[in-house]
Amino acid sequence: MISLNRFAGSVSALLKGLGVTLNYIVHPKRVVTREYPENRETLTFPERFRGQVVMPHDENNDHNCTACTLCEKACPNGSISILTTKNIASKRVLGQFVYRLSSCTLCNLCIEACPFDAIRMGHGFEMAGYTREELDLILNKKEGR
Amino acid sequence: MTPLSITHPLGDWIRQQLPSPFAAIANGLIAVIAIAMLVVVTAIFLVWLERKVCARFQARLGPTRVGPFGLLQPVADAIKLLMKENIRPRTVDQLAYFLAPLLPITGSFLVLIVIPFDHNLQVLDPDAGIVYVTAVSGMGILGVLIGGWGSNNKYSLLGSMRAGAQLFSYELSMVLCMLLIVMASGTASLRNIVLSQQGTILDWWIFKLPVAGLVAFLLFIVSSTAELNRGPLDLSEAEQELTGGFHTEYTGISFSMFFLAEFVNMFAAAGLGATLFLGGFLAPQIGWHPVDQLLAFIPGFIWFAAKAYFLIFLYMWTRWTFPRLRIDHLLSLEWKFLLPASLANLLLAATLVLFKWVIP
Repeated sequence: MISLNRFAGSVSALLKGLGVTLNYIVHPKRVVTREYPENRETLTFPERFRGQVVMPHDENNDHNCTACTLCEKACPNGSISILTTKNIASKRVLGQFVYRLSSCTLCNLCIEACPFDAIRMGHGFEMAGYTREELDLILNKKEGR
Repeated sequence: MTPLSITHPLGDWIRQQLPSPFAAIANGLIAVIAIAMLVVVTAIFLVWLERKVCARFQARLGPTRVGPFGLLQPVADAIKLLMKENIRPRTVDQLAYFLAPLLPITGSFLVLIVIPFDHNLQVLDPDAGIVYVTAVSGMGILGVLIGGWGSNNKYSLLGSMRAGAQLFSYELSMVLCMLLIVMASGTASLRNIVLSQQGTILDWWIFKLPVAGLVAFLLFIVSSTAELNRGPLDLSEAEQELTGGFHTEYTGISFSMFFLAEFVNMFAAAGLGATLFLGGFLAPQIGWHPVDQLLAFIPGFIWFAAKAYFLIFLYMWTRWTFPRLRIDHLLSLEWKFLLPASLANLLLAATLVLFKWVIP
């Protein structure tokens, strides 16, 4: 025998579920789908959208990377290779930040591993290329620091 | 049985033009073609509506590319389904396998014939319309059972057996809800049931019988959802468990017949619900003269469509909100809860009718 209390609880839970979906249908602004190719210029993304990894550069074309290779170790696919070099003071600095987009799963682990905020998830998403080599990217703009 | 023409002027004109036996045949043909057109257009529109409403419930956009608002998407789908090869697996029972897809669409076609769309817009009005509807609506499940058996596949068989168990269970409470309306209105003809609800909104059976009408309406919605094989009670096709259930082996045109029948059935059930509980083609009168005049000016078939589509929205709302039940939960819901509840509700309604405790 179903107790009345449990019955009322079930009915209120069902109504709550109906309320959640009704809320979606009466608020068209909550639609998350973005239409694509016509409006490529005006396309906006949510803040936390994860596109391909980028390395932000400041106005002097400098970046925050110290070539500590923590991101390289964090990457489960081996998509990142840090090629180091030495500067004039024979200090170890970043030579080339090699990022293989073809094997990247956009998992965000390298960004979490980075202690200097040198890399972040960008909003680029058009990742098709004709050869595999086109997807081997070098993220830093100049060698050294 | 009182045969009614589709519309009086057209029927009369044909009767003037042709000698009597041919006029009846011509009128009947027009009626059949009109219902067939309604079946096709409704099915295509409802496929679009289902996808669109489902998308908005899930914060998506749905089809937007083919035609304005994606309206031509189901047409494109239909063309694709027609062009596909109609595969015949080697081990199927040929007669059963190819007969089955025809039955559900026939059943919904036969139900639509007796539904009163407007004062003079009903093909046939049998005195025992309710009995007729319950009889022919079983053809849909018959098609599912035959198709599942004829497919010679364990998933199809399980799905169709589930569909059968579900139908025999939920048919009971659905018929008890209909019986309540028959008892209250004193007639089983669908047209007269609508005419018994004339007056204001409070004269519709959902409100006219205090509490009992509303409870019967809710029971009708739940049991007809099960009858229609729609989520959350779509056990017979449960794609996660049964890879599509009874239509596992079907492709192309055979599959699309099952698919379209499902949507037309939904329209027929919604139309039936609107006829029984929401005053059918009658305009909603609120008892204030100027507004009532304006509302009565809108033709009845528009009111019928509005009420039917409101019920269809309810079906879609529940489908895209609730998860699917387990088969034993489904059956115990019917036998341990809905059936006793509808019997008690019938008793309550009988008391109300006997002592005339209805809202005047």
